[in-house]
Amino acid sequence: MIEIDVALRLGAFALEARIAARGRTLAICGASGAGKTTLLNVIAGLLRPSAGRVAVDGTTFLDTAEGVDLAPRHRRIGYVFQEPRLFPHLSVAQNLRYGQRYAPSARRLVDFDAVTSLLGLDALLTRRPAGLSGGEKQRVAIGRALLVSPRLLLMDEPLSSLDDARRLDILGYIEKMRDAFSIPIVFVSHRVSEVERLASDIAVLDQGRLVEMRAGGAALPSSS
Amino acid sequence: MEQGLASGAWFAFSPQEWTAIALSLKVATIGSLASLPFGVAMAWLLARRQFPGKLLVNGLVHLPLVLPPVVTGWLLLIGFGQRGWFGHALDACCGIVFSFRWTGAALAAAVMGFPLMVRAIRLSIEAVDARLEQAAESLGAPPLAVFFTVTLPLALPGVIAGLILGFAKAIGEFGATITFVANIPGETQTIATAIYGYTQEPGAETSVVRLTLVAIVIAFGALIVSELLAARVSRRAAEL
Repeated sequence: MIEIDVALRLGAFALEARIAARGRTLAICGASGAGKTTLLNVIAGLLRPSAGRVAVDGTTFLDTAEGVDLAPRHRRIGYVFQEPRLFPHLSVAQNLRYGQRYAPSARRLVDFDAVTSLLGLDALLTRRPAGLSGGEKQRVAIGRALLVSPRLLLMDEPLSSLDDARRLDILGYIEKMRDAFSIPIVFVSHRVSEVERLASDIAVLDQGRLVEMRAGGAALPSSS
Repeated sequence: MEQGLASGAWFAFSPQEWTAIALSLKVATIGSLASLPFGVAMAWLLARRQFPGKLLVNGLVHLPLVLPPVVTGWLLLIGFGQRGWFGHALDACCGIVFSFRWTGAALAAAVMGFPLMVRAIRLSIEAVDARLEQAAESLGAPPLAVFFTVTLPLALPGVIAGLILGFAKAIGEFGATITFVANIPGETQTIATAIYGYTQEPGAETSVVRLTLVAIVIAFGALIVSELLAARVSRRAAEL
């Protein structure tokens, strides 16, 4: 269960959305400027809304009415950003393991070797990010987020820089991850094919407002 | 003097000159190294945080750059002299005495070099992509870990450049030093204050020339190293 209810103002842009997804995978669609990335940043705790609530599987990340606001590092979220954001001074292996050292070993559900072989990263481990192609960088970023063993995986257009073959591979792996470790996923995408294959719920945003909610969830009136 | 040049004795440094060179290196090394943690912290604060009074703090940090050095030296004397508030407290608690000691020369050098150091480090921290810090935070790193594993390694060439600038400034420091700790051979007489002393002394021109050359070599070397590091920073920034 993914519950999001936020109101946020950034300059002239206002985001107001109330989404309740009962399924494991929530897709957020919409034209650019609709507020998709803003919404992900609110879920991750990188942006603080003026009012709202974010909860995943009974864990409350944010509840302004109750004064709850977990720091991003305490939310245990794996965030695959739109751009890879790899650490340029670290090798691929060091990038992949970055989040692991902050996760207690009891919580490490995701195996390093399984991730590297499924994402085809074995040959890249000693390389530096500057020497990788766009698709390779994105695969490392996905692996890095998975290796946090997250409570929730956020993906912002995660497959946009990949070729079709890799896209299918990684889609399959994301599905396996979701099923094997029951990690709920929120992802942003323009691609209908990605959305239909992966998502159990689809939320459509337009200019900061929820205009449509499909499948497992139900459209709720905006919280204003 | 010309006779000295021809005979080669020109290059013979007197014991007092050696002492001044050694003391200068010691004062500049300790002054810049001791102020580095404060410089890094201040640079990070100015680069990454918004807080009330930031403009005032920024102004205070840069003040030694624009004040007459003699004013900075006099303020140090008031504050850190034996009867000064800080000087008295530090002597009482930890036995640290600044006035008319080499430690005072190191303090004066550190204060005078601080603006240059903070400026270089601040620029390099500002050049670190804040989105990388966000990514580290989202991966579970606490703020200090984000700083030490992402911000500092990426800003490191700038930090080293700041350290070297602080060092070079410390080597050249004169006004605040002579006001605060005077010009005592063997204790507070650095290259700069020694040169000043020799210029007041008839027949000491060769000493002046020798020490001047040493000062040029040290300052120039430091600036070249700092430039090389700055070039490395911009190359790395271009790779991202």
